[in-house]
Amino acid sequence: MKRLQLERLANPQLLALVAVLLINWLLFPNFFRITWQDGRLFGSVIDVLNRGAPVAILAVGMTAVIATKGVDLSVGAIMAVCGAVAATMVVAGYPTPVAVLAALCVGLVCGLWNGFLVAVLDIQPIVATLVLMVAGRGIAQLITEGSIVTFNEPSLIFIGTGSFLGFPMAAVIAVVLMILVTLLVRRTAIGLFIQAIGVNRAAASLAGIHSRMLLVLVYALSGFCAAIAGVIVAADIRGADANNSGLWLELDAILAVVIGGTSLLGGKFSIPLAVVGALIIQAMNTGILVSGFRPEFNLIVKAGMIILILMLQSPLVGTALGFFKRDSRQATPK
Amino acid sequence: MNIISKLAIAASLATALTSVTIAQDNLQGLVVGFSQIGSESGWRAAETSVTKQQAEALGVDLKFADAQQKQENQIKAIRGFIAQGVDAILVAPVVATGWDDVLAEAKEAEIPVLLLDRGVDAPEDLYLTMVASDQVLEGRVAGDWLVADVGDADCKVVELQGTVGSTPAINRKQGFEEAIAGHDNISIIRSQTGDFTRAKGKEVMEGFIKAENGGADICAVYAHNDDMAVGAIQAIKDAGLKPGTDIKVVSIDGVPDIFSAMVAGEANATVELTPNMAGPAFEALAAYLKDGTVPPKTIITESKLYTPADDPQGEYDTRKSLGY
Repeated sequence: MKRLQLERLANPQLLALVAVLLINWLLFPNFFRITWQDGRLFGSVIDVLNRGAPVAILAVGMTAVIATKGVDLSVGAIMAVCGAVAATMVVAGYPTPVAVLAALCVGLVCGLWNGFLVAVLDIQPIVATLVLMVAGRGIAQLITEGSIVTFNEPSLIFIGTGSFLGFPMAAVIAVVLMILVTLLVRRTAIGLFIQAIGVNRAAASLAGIHSRMLLVLVYALSGFCAAIAGVIVAADIRGADANNSGLWLELDAILAVVIGGTSLLGGKFSIPLAVVGALIIQAMNTGILVSGFRPEFNLIVKAGMIILILMLQSPLVGTALGFFKRDSRQATPK
Repeated sequence: MNIISKLAIAASLATALTSVTIAQDNLQGLVVGFSQIGSESGWRAAETSVTKQQAEALGVDLKFADAQQKQENQIKAIRGFIAQGVDAILVAPVVATGWDDVLAEAKEAEIPVLLLDRGVDAPEDLYLTMVASDQVLEGRVAGDWLVADVGDADCKVVELQGTVGSTPAINRKQGFEEAIAGHDNISIIRSQTGDFTRAKGKEVMEGFIKAENGGADICAVYAHNDDMAVGAIQAIKDAGLKPGTDIKVVSIDGVPDIFSAMVAGEANATVELTPNMAGPAFEALAAYLKDGTVPPKTIITESKLYTPADDPQGEYDTRKSLGY
């Protein structure tokens, strides 16, 4: 009876998020304190939303890619490229909307390139996106000429540090994007098609799904999301840091998707839960910062927590604890 | 900025930076190979341009090779220099190990090798000298500034460390701690890594501010590099505090953006990691070629302190033209 209730009320991702937040609260009693300052909310929880936004945005695109049994390693590098494009254009005197639009287009083109390699040339996703992961950072460095391109354009900075109804702009963008993409895949048949490709691409094609075009679209979406994240990160620090922007974030994004319960083998996926996964990762990062651990322990603490969370999700442990049962490979249309 | 004014600044800088007098006569017309790591940071780009300017001012024909972060490219470049029969070789080694063979080849060809910025794990007789900064000293200079600045007042410091386990992070931390040791009014209350990046510096500082009573308990932030300090300054501003006044900011490197922060009154001090490693190297080379004066194995560059009193706007303009 208890098991049924838990199954209805909560899923392991939300439980994990609550647990991490509670641990943070135990380590740092003021964790949940939120004040109003300079027309915006101010507090550690808000930091989690704000800092978690770039990975959450990446996770939105990454979920769709992983659901097709693919992976996109290039998102971190695309972030660097798009941040560099936006920053250099603003410095060169272009208006912010033009610069941002150009950056988004570049991200889209990068995604289309990945999609072309995967869908048309049939290169394995991990290899195909590795190309841009390596080359992208080089391209970004070429654009910025190796230095951090600093800008002072208020409208561009607003994207990274502004606020909307008191909430950080980055978090607002992430939520809006999450809702739009979730609606797109759940209110149309696209989500079902994506799952079908992930479960069995050949069968999906035989069933009449344009798997090639859908794959290209999915990678384009991932590139587009990376572009948004790249612009936000650049706007946040008022500069395009080609060497460090988005560095290793592709791995955080993949981790967020996995924590969100989407299998790397494709098929069933959930975009909102991947965003929750991103928040879990960030809640841990922020928790470490406010707790006062020595930096040498950062990675150990993080690794321990992640192992715990993933173990909680493992079907075996789940059944043993009676938390939940999962039909992992079954594609359930909604 | 147009080409002419760029050149004018470059020329004036080059003359100002070196004691051109000794080196000029001896190096005129020499061919020197320079194997650079790459252009992974603004500082590296500045080091490259300063080296080229130095060479031009001294009449040295500089053969430049960019290794794009790969040791095999550097070894190839050095072998190429040896084959061309250059008069000397400058190397900024990308890693410490694996240099014995190629350095021995250079020694056999009687070409002096001078290391810039980083050392190597090779027998000392294989190279003429190494020009580098003293990272512990950099930390100490930053700490000494804070000690002098706060006087007897209590000061709680938060520290933004470099990448965990990296040599500059360890050394700059050690130097700063040495400087504040014995001054009980100054204590480091929090220390976290910001990975030497602006974004992480900002994120960590946000956390520190939340953790320390909205920043009210923090007197100063010490960042292991300027980029993290620039991020921290933004975090302080976002928290409604005034960087430079409410929370003092001291850091290391001397990149242009920290000088523009100083102009705005948002940074208090930076310790320069000079991009001019080539100047002392050329001087040592000139003395060596003139009368065989063997330089010390390690030449330490100056770790100069800059505060808002040192014409930050001028420093910003000069450095910006170096390609930082």
